[in-house]
Amino acid sequence: MFYLTLRKETPLIFKVSVPIASILLTILFGIFIFSVLGYDSGKALYHFFISPLSRIDRIADLFVKACPLMIVGTGLVLCFRANIWNIGAEGQLIMGAVFAGGLALSFPNTNSVWLLPAMAVLSFIGGGLWAFLPAILKVRLRTNEILVSLMLTYVASLFLDWLVRGPWRSPTSFGFPLTNYYPDAGLISKINFPGIGTIGQLHWGVFIAILVCLLCWFMMQKTVFGFQVKLVGDSHKAFRYSGFSESKTTMMLFIISGGLAGLAGMIEVSANIGQLQPNISFGYGFTAIIVAFLARLNPAAVILAGLLIALIEMGGDSAQIALAIPKVVTGVFKGILLFLLLAGETLTKYQINVKPRQRSVPND
Amino acid sequence: MIDALILTILMTSVPLVLAATGELVVERSGVLNLGLEGMMLMGAVSAFAFTYATGSLFIGLLAGIISGAVTAAIFGFFVLGLATNQVATGLALTIFGTGLSGLIGADFVGNAITGLPTLFPKHFGDIPFIGAFLSLDIVAYSSVIIVFLVWVFLFKTKTGLILRASGISHDSAHSLGYSVLKVRWCAVLFGGMMAGLSGAYLPLMLTPHWSEGMTSGRGWIALALVVFASWMPSRIIYGAILFGTITIMQLAGQARGWTIPPQLLSSLPYLATILVLVLISIRGSAKHAAPSNLTIPFISSK
Repeated sequence: MFYLTLRKETPLIFKVSVPIASILLTILFGIFIFSVLGYDSGKALYHFFISPLSRIDRIADLFVKACPLMIVGTGLVLCFRANIWNIGAEGQLIMGAVFAGGLALSFPNTNSVWLLPAMAVLSFIGGGLWAFLPAILKVRLRTNEILVSLMLTYVASLFLDWLVRGPWRSPTSFGFPLTNYYPDAGLISKINFPGIGTIGQLHWGVFIAILVCLLCWFMMQKTVFGFQVKLVGDSHKAFRYSGFSESKTTMMLFIISGGLAGLAGMIEVSANIGQLQPNISFGYGFTAIIVAFLARLNPAAVILAGLLIALIEMGGDSAQIALAIPKVVTGVFKGILLFLLLAGETLTKYQINVKPRQRSVPND
Repeated sequence: MIDALILTILMTSVPLVLAATGELVVERSGVLNLGLEGMMLMGAVSAFAFTYATGSLFIGLLAGIISGAVTAAIFGFFVLGLATNQVATGLALTIFGTGLSGLIGADFVGNAITGLPTLFPKHFGDIPFIGAFLSLDIVAYSSVIIVFLVWVFLFKTKTGLILRASGISHDSAHSLGYSVLKVRWCAVLFGGMMAGLSGAYLPLMLTPHWSEGMTSGRGWIALALVVFASWMPSRIIYGAILFGTITIMQLAGQARGWTIPPQLLSSLPYLATILVLVLISIRGSAKHAAPSNLTIPFISSK
């Protein structure tokens, strides 16, 4: 048997090697799974990890895929860093898209340049409101935020479903559950590089995503609020002595992470879809949890982590097309990766000691 | 007609009761396993595969239970052995189980099996009023017995008391000399077996085939149900029937062109669960509150 003791100091080598070792081990598991299922693991790995990086437009699409993961992931990093468990980002993302979509659909003929910024603000409010509910219940009534934010995800998803099948359905959609297209002013355009043109689907939302990650990183490193976040996560006692309000910090973090998730939803729809439909997110809100842990709760590292998870997603598509490996295998990879990352988290926090066979003595 | 409706409601409730009862024991011991959906899917695919291969429903059920427990053991290894974050580990288990079950089941899509027979002779179903209650299968009847046994275990036995103590204050339980980790391991494995059985019920009884992600969110509803029941076993049965009724109403309503949006009905279990959580918090009574050490890892021998 073994037991855990708290480390006084975490060696730097652990902090760096945990994500890398987790990725390598996941690949090893992948080779094992592929060979058990009778696929050529060399080819499978090529299609998973190399093929999406083999052309410049595919790399650009990788950034597009990573865009919502980065934005949601950064918000979750802030929450998790403060030991607050907002796991309803998926629902907040949907509500953000709904709020922004409502505005875009109300002005079908506008070509105002203010439409997009207004949509962005509304999406932040929509996602923030959806996160406000579990936050206020936690602060005022000590209601479990994990359960409330999770339940609200399903409510949000059903609400969107009702909107696009009912009141917001386009009269010209031939009965399909789709809204009208947004006006052009409500769409996010592709980045047009001078002399090159557009690359893949690369759009301005990706630029915003990277900016958001860097801003959050700056906030965590250099501002008092960032200090509060880290303090409340590390030690409740020290936080109370410091005179900051724990309730206020909790509320702020919930609203920021919910708002960011909402913004991600708005960008996803305005850049890639152009209208509302029953499924606008493919579990980004949940996948972003993996991103947050892969980034070891560092907002700047979220950029890299988001790209890596996007690589697994895109690799799943390319392996499915080339080798007919079912797409669900990406879920297996993502699950294993998250398991290993969490285990690595333990190794950095605790020392594992081997216990000689004897009964543990209580009261020591 | 009404009998058929009641029968469908009862059958929809069975997997909810099974999964929620398992999760209730897990949560009472102080562990939150959000991997219900993953464990159920692993149970479902194993039950289908083994029934299909051997033709024996008994082996199928057994395979479902075992694979639920094995999946739960992965969760236990990380959460109990390595004290990882329970919320994130549970989500990882759901992502992993959904993927792996889809991968294993890819070859079985499109095949059919014969489901469980009813326990009593068919014509018992024609008896007025109680016919629907006599047209169920052995797993459905067992689920009620299991709930009763879990209640007896939790509230009438010493081991049950130790389990609840681990969930409320693991430090106290530890200093009295009880092995918190051992108790939680047993709870997690039991929860896995129940989730596996619940998953097995889907392809063996509700729809006699396998399809990717066939639990379609039942794991999350079962999770809501535990909270809705405020961690009391008996209330799981009422709650499951209520949630099952809402699900069936929504399907029946759609068929008859009701004006109530089906999405509103579908969201009622989640909204009701939030309401119950809020009511528990307002009343602040410890008896119906969540186990206070829920999601807090126990690190033995400091």
